[in-house]
Amino acid sequence: MSRYITRLRMRRTYKWNGRPVGEDRKLRRQYYESMSISVEGRTEDSTVSLGQYILIEGDNDDNPFVAQLLKLYTDDSGKKKTAVVQWFVRMCEVPQNKRKLLGRDPHPQEVFFYQDRSCENEVDGETILAAVQIEYVPAKDPFPKGKSKDTLFVKLLWDTKSFRELDRELMQPQIQSPKSPPPSSRGSQTRALPTPDPSIIKRAMSGTLTRGSMSTGKMSTSEAESLHSASKLSAAKALSAKRRGRAYSGPHVRKKLDLYSPNKNMSRDDVLGEILDECTPTEKILTSKLNTSPTGRISISIRLTPLNQNEEEHVSPLSSQSPDKPRLTAFDKDNAASAFLGVQPLGDDDPESLISTGRTPRKREATPRRASLRALKARTPSSRKDSTALREPALAALAEEEHEDSPIQTAATPRSKRKSAQLVSSRIRKQLNLLQNKVDLQSDGEDGSDDDCFVPTKIDLQSSSDEEEEAKIDSEDELVVKKRRGPRTPRPSEKTRVSARTPRKTPSKKAAPTTPRTPRHATPSIPSRSAPARKPGNVLEEARARLHVSSVPESLPCREQEFQDIYNFVESKVIDGTGGCMYISGVPGTGKTATVHEVIRSLQQSTEQDEIPHFRFIEINGMKMTDPHQAYVQILQKLTDQKATPDHAAALLEKRFSAPAPKKETTVLLVDELDLLWTRKQNVMYNLFDWPTRRNARLVVLTIANTMDLPERIMINRVASRLGLTRMSFQPYTFKQLQQIITSRLNRVKAFEEDALQLVSRKVAALSGDARRCLDICRRATEICEHSGSSSGLVGMSHVMEALDEMFSSSYIAAIRCASVQEQLFLRAIIAEFRRLGLEEATFQQVFVQHQALCRVEGLQPVSVSEGLAVCQRLGSCRLLLLEGSRLDLLLRIRLNVSQDDVLYALKAD
Amino acid sequence: MSKRRSAALTEAQCVSLAQKLLRERLCHQKLPDQPSGLDSQHKHLLELLRRTAVHGESNSVLIVGPRGSGKTMLLGCVLRELMSLKEVQKNVLLVELNGLLQTDDKIALKEITRQLHLENVVGDKVFGSFAENLAFLLEALKSGDRSSSRPVLFLLDEFDLFAHHKNQTLLYNLLDVSQSAQTPVAVVGLTCRLDVLELLEKRVKSRFSHRQVHLFSSLSFAQYVDVVLDQLRLPQDFPDHRFSTEWNRSVTRVCEDKCVEEVLKRNFNSSKDLRSLHSLLFLAVSRVCVSHSTLRESDLLEASRLISADSKANVLHGLSILELCLIIAMKHLNDTYDGEPFNFQMVHNEFKKFIQRKSHSIHKFEKPVVMKAFEHLLQLELVRPVDSGVCKVQREYQLMKLMLEHTQVMEALQKYPQCPTDVKQWALSAFG
Repeated sequence: MSRYITRLRMRRTYKWNGRPVGEDRKLRRQYYESMSISVEGRTEDSTVSLGQYILIEGDNDDNPFVAQLLKLYTDDSGKKKTAVVQWFVRMCEVPQNKRKLLGRDPHPQEVFFYQDRSCENEVDGETILAAVQIEYVPAKDPFPKGKSKDTLFVKLLWDTKSFRELDRELMQPQIQSPKSPPPSSRGSQTRALPTPDPSIIKRAMSGTLTRGSMSTGKMSTSEAESLHSASKLSAAKALSAKRRGRAYSGPHVRKKLDLYSPNKNMSRDDVLGEILDECTPTEKILTSKLNTSPTGRISISIRLTPLNQNEEEHVSPLSSQSPDKPRLTAFDKDNAASAFLGVQPLGDDDPESLISTGRTPRKREATPRRASLRALKARTPSSRKDSTALREPALAALAEEEHEDSPIQTAATPRSKRKSAQLVSSRIRKQLNLLQNKVDLQSDGEDGSDDDCFVPTKIDLQSSSDEEEEAKIDSEDELVVKKRRGPRTPRPSEKTRVSARTPRKTPSKKAAPTTPRTPRHATPSIPSRSAPARKPGNVLEEARARLHVSSVPESLPCREQEFQDIYNFVESKVIDGTGGCMYISGVPGTGKTATVHEVIRSLQQSTEQDEIPHFRFIEINGMKMTDPHQAYVQILQKLTDQKATPDHAAALLEKRFSAPAPKKETTVLLVDELDLLWTRKQNVMYNLFDWPTRRNARLVVLTIANTMDLPERIMINRVASRLGLTRMSFQPYTFKQLQQIITSRLNRVKAFEEDALQLVSRKVAALSGDARRCLDICRRATEICEHSGSSSGLVGMSHVMEALDEMFSSSYIAAIRCASVQEQLFLRAIIAEFRRLGLEEATFQQVFVQHQALCRVEGLQPVSVSEGLAVCQRLGSCRLLLLEGSRLDLLLRIRLNVSQDDVLYALKAD
Repeated sequence: MSKRRSAALTEAQCVSLAQKLLRERLCHQKLPDQPSGLDSQHKHLLELLRRTAVHGESNSVLIVGPRGSGKTMLLGCVLRELMSLKEVQKNVLLVELNGLLQTDDKIALKEITRQLHLENVVGDKVFGSFAENLAFLLEALKSGDRSSSRPVLFLLDEFDLFAHHKNQTLLYNLLDVSQSAQTPVAVVGLTCRLDVLELLEKRVKSRFSHRQVHLFSSLSFAQYVDVVLDQLRLPQDFPDHRFSTEWNRSVTRVCEDKCVEEVLKRNFNSSKDLRSLHSLLFLAVSRVCVSHSTLRESDLLEASRLISADSKANVLHGLSILELCLIIAMKHLNDTYDGEPFNFQMVHNEFKKFIQRKSHSIHKFEKPVVMKAFEHLLQLELVRPVDSGVCKVQREYQLMKLMLEHTQVMEALQKYPQCPTDVKQWALSAFG
């Protein structure tokens, strides 16, 4: 345990006090009530026991972490001591930018109750330094003076987004000494239906009665058992709840918005509302009213699954004041305990299940609003039946309260759809419903407020209207995704272990900084302009700027499915820490590279929010290198900023990808224009596809090329086989999609007539389905419109037609019409000669004879051979004719590069 | 003072001054004030480049037109106008490349780096490999963004030749930059090939904006004559006023002449491009001298004769009678065998027949002498072996083809100084 440097550089020895108070055979754990810490060189030992506040060593020696001890256990071997804690944060641990939220100067000894389920709450028992005194100060009271310097005060609660009032009840430690579940409760374990166990409810009710007297470790054993069994009822779900807590390895882990236990907040608020300002119903009541809508009802049903119970449990171990809630609270409390205690023991038992379940919840956190939408979704008819059947009068209140929580509770409902994908789809929806601006604006505003500080109640009120409609739309895909996500390969368990044990306070972000790497050599740059670029002035200019291919659209419409697939692929690889290849094909201009970039962008967003582990993104492009072997050099340079020759780079990369390294992050490599990496031996491609298969490589390779059957056509077997069968092809856009793309880019800028857009998109779709082409035509049309100065200011059919003509019409006919008399005669001579010969090819000599004859017919002076040859060469340089080298002179063979009909048409109309 | 000097100008000085002025004009050393007949294209291009310069909008455009249709001139005019705008002046970087000079991407990249003055960024570091060069340039372009970095105008002359570079790497990258949010660039390609888009690889093509500016001259003959007048007239500010009015009057007179009109018409029919006109006028102007200080009709006619003269007919004038006879023999063989190839033996036989039957004036030549004459013709490429290279056959029997048209032979005979009549008659006779 060398990595734990004790605060005072003293050696501590840790010993259990007394005998184990409980044992979990399944998990092979033994629970203890207290632990004694003896410091070398001091005679007396200090003892920490459950419920006590403790100091835990962290990176800051002066300000060790503060926590409340909830549980102590040892695993089978007896060597490893683990403590389960409730964290408190100091002001210095709150992110700099959030500190101002406090609104006053913090007391030097102030700590905050830390509420973030995503934060790991299991720590190594040997990191405990000592016990400490924490005193609860009601929010409105001043800090007491004259206390010793070691006493800390807690007044508020920090949920990673805001400071809130902390009520005393939360400070009551929810400690119990766990006992091994007695055989009697096993029955409930096997219960198939996740209906609430009547016994639990009963006990919960009884719990209320005893609640007042409840204190550390004093909860009746029977209760504990029941909790335990309740949690085991659906082990997986319970685990997932737990996982949520531990899967986090991010830096701000503890500072995360606590979405999982928002119930807690809510109910607390609720209760506080009643306790503190009884007169004001506050928004809470408003919400609850809203929630009497049918959808609200439905939400209850989920709550009845054990998982949700657990979640909710936490809710409020407090409010016995309101006459209609006693049962509820009891129920809650009961389960709250189970959430803390019952669930934990399952922990290390089964890393696989932990991981697989742990993934889903993670995703949710960062998206409060989204999550809330999700909440309404997850209701299945069957569970609804349950809920109605079970809805006893006693539960009515529960129902109501649950409802309040619904936006938050969502956190607990399995939500599998990707956030970004949803954002995309929702944006499209928004853009298409341009008329419903008001709604959009509202929801946009919501987005904004979510980001900085989340005030749940208000948002509830606001968003509840949106939720219902959106939920319906989303629900279908969700089911699909859910199925897909089921089987996942587990991450190497080694890693989970490690992460599970280290106190999560050590910010892992420091180890993996995201600071942009500054290249060793100064980057050359184009000098900056003296005058700033002018901003678009009118609607047409604005439209043109938006239609430029380079402008990055807010979303990529029409590629949702592809986006989803690639996202899933990359994300799963990143999360699992494995490697893989994917081949993406499609004709140019179908959004392949853009989609991949979009995927990476949203993945990077979610890494910022700590939903998935960090990864490196590297991009190479076959067209942007001079030689296939340069690929190695570029990859190496982007990975490590090293310069090397291709051979050396290949060797270094080989080493890097095959050597095991504990803290390696996944690398996502995008290889654009793969076909250009072809070499005769194909070793570049071979290596690129071989590295991901290495055990320790953690490399995800996305390859892009134009041809669908590239692997079959140009790759030798061993390369194609390594590329694998994960393939995706981007179809050319249909006219509807093209239209949608333009509309979404224009996004409310009204510059085009509807028909005009349709014409462009149909025309392009019929020819190539290339989005770039489509955008270019639209851009040209705006220019034409601007020049013609049309009255409406809109780009109309005529402008679009003109643009289309310019871009698609062949210029050969115009060229022939504008040619000189002799050139036209020469073309006619060619056709005459072709007809005479019955071939499509003639020598210059033959044509020249015809030409002379034609000249005479036309009454022109015959030209000399030199002049004739000059005419011929001129036509050849325009590529109206295909010629051999001019050295052949008279024997030069001539062919037409245009069809004879075109030539005749052009000459006739003249 | 200037007046005194202008009065003092001698006629010789006036002539040389006028010639200097006109030569400058005709040899494209000076851009015209306004491109004639290309107004819409001029406007389009100017607008496009202005947007890049001012708004930082990336664009790509191709200017397509036959040789001599004024592509470079148009671009030059547009750039001149663009650079006269104050906000553009200091804001734009120009990179000019020519497909004939930058024959591969490596050279092109070095040239770009040089013209962008990027080499001094890396100090004394010598540019190593092509790959480094490319990465370097792309990095530079990537580091910019639309609003803050200076727009770069890439002017690619002979654009089609760039399409023949390996993988079209340069084009791909330039066009890719023009389609992504990096340093604003405008890629302007000049080419005379109408099928230039077919040369582009599909990925490159997709990245090109497909804007093409076509330059096809739609001049009528009247306009053509006006252009001629314009080109020949001396400007108002010519130092010697008397001389310039005199000159201008003569120019007008010349252009109204029937013969000159015919010459011009012929030239116009042959090609509308102004460059061939310029070379005609250049020759005419060069004939002006002190002895006749104004332009005369004969000058133009002589120039036209020189220009339209057939090069091979000129070569024929320098041949000996024997060689000419051989050519005539070949012509007869061609007539008899309908253009089938012949060998020396056949030509010699034909020639012997002529000597025996019809000739009065021509001596009998030994065979080696005839052979020597034949080889001379071969050197002049007036005859050419059918299958070049394979010399297994004896020289006498190697198959040859005549590289002359009937008309050329006849014309040459007409003009040949002191050609014997029997030779002429032989040439004219239907059968050898």
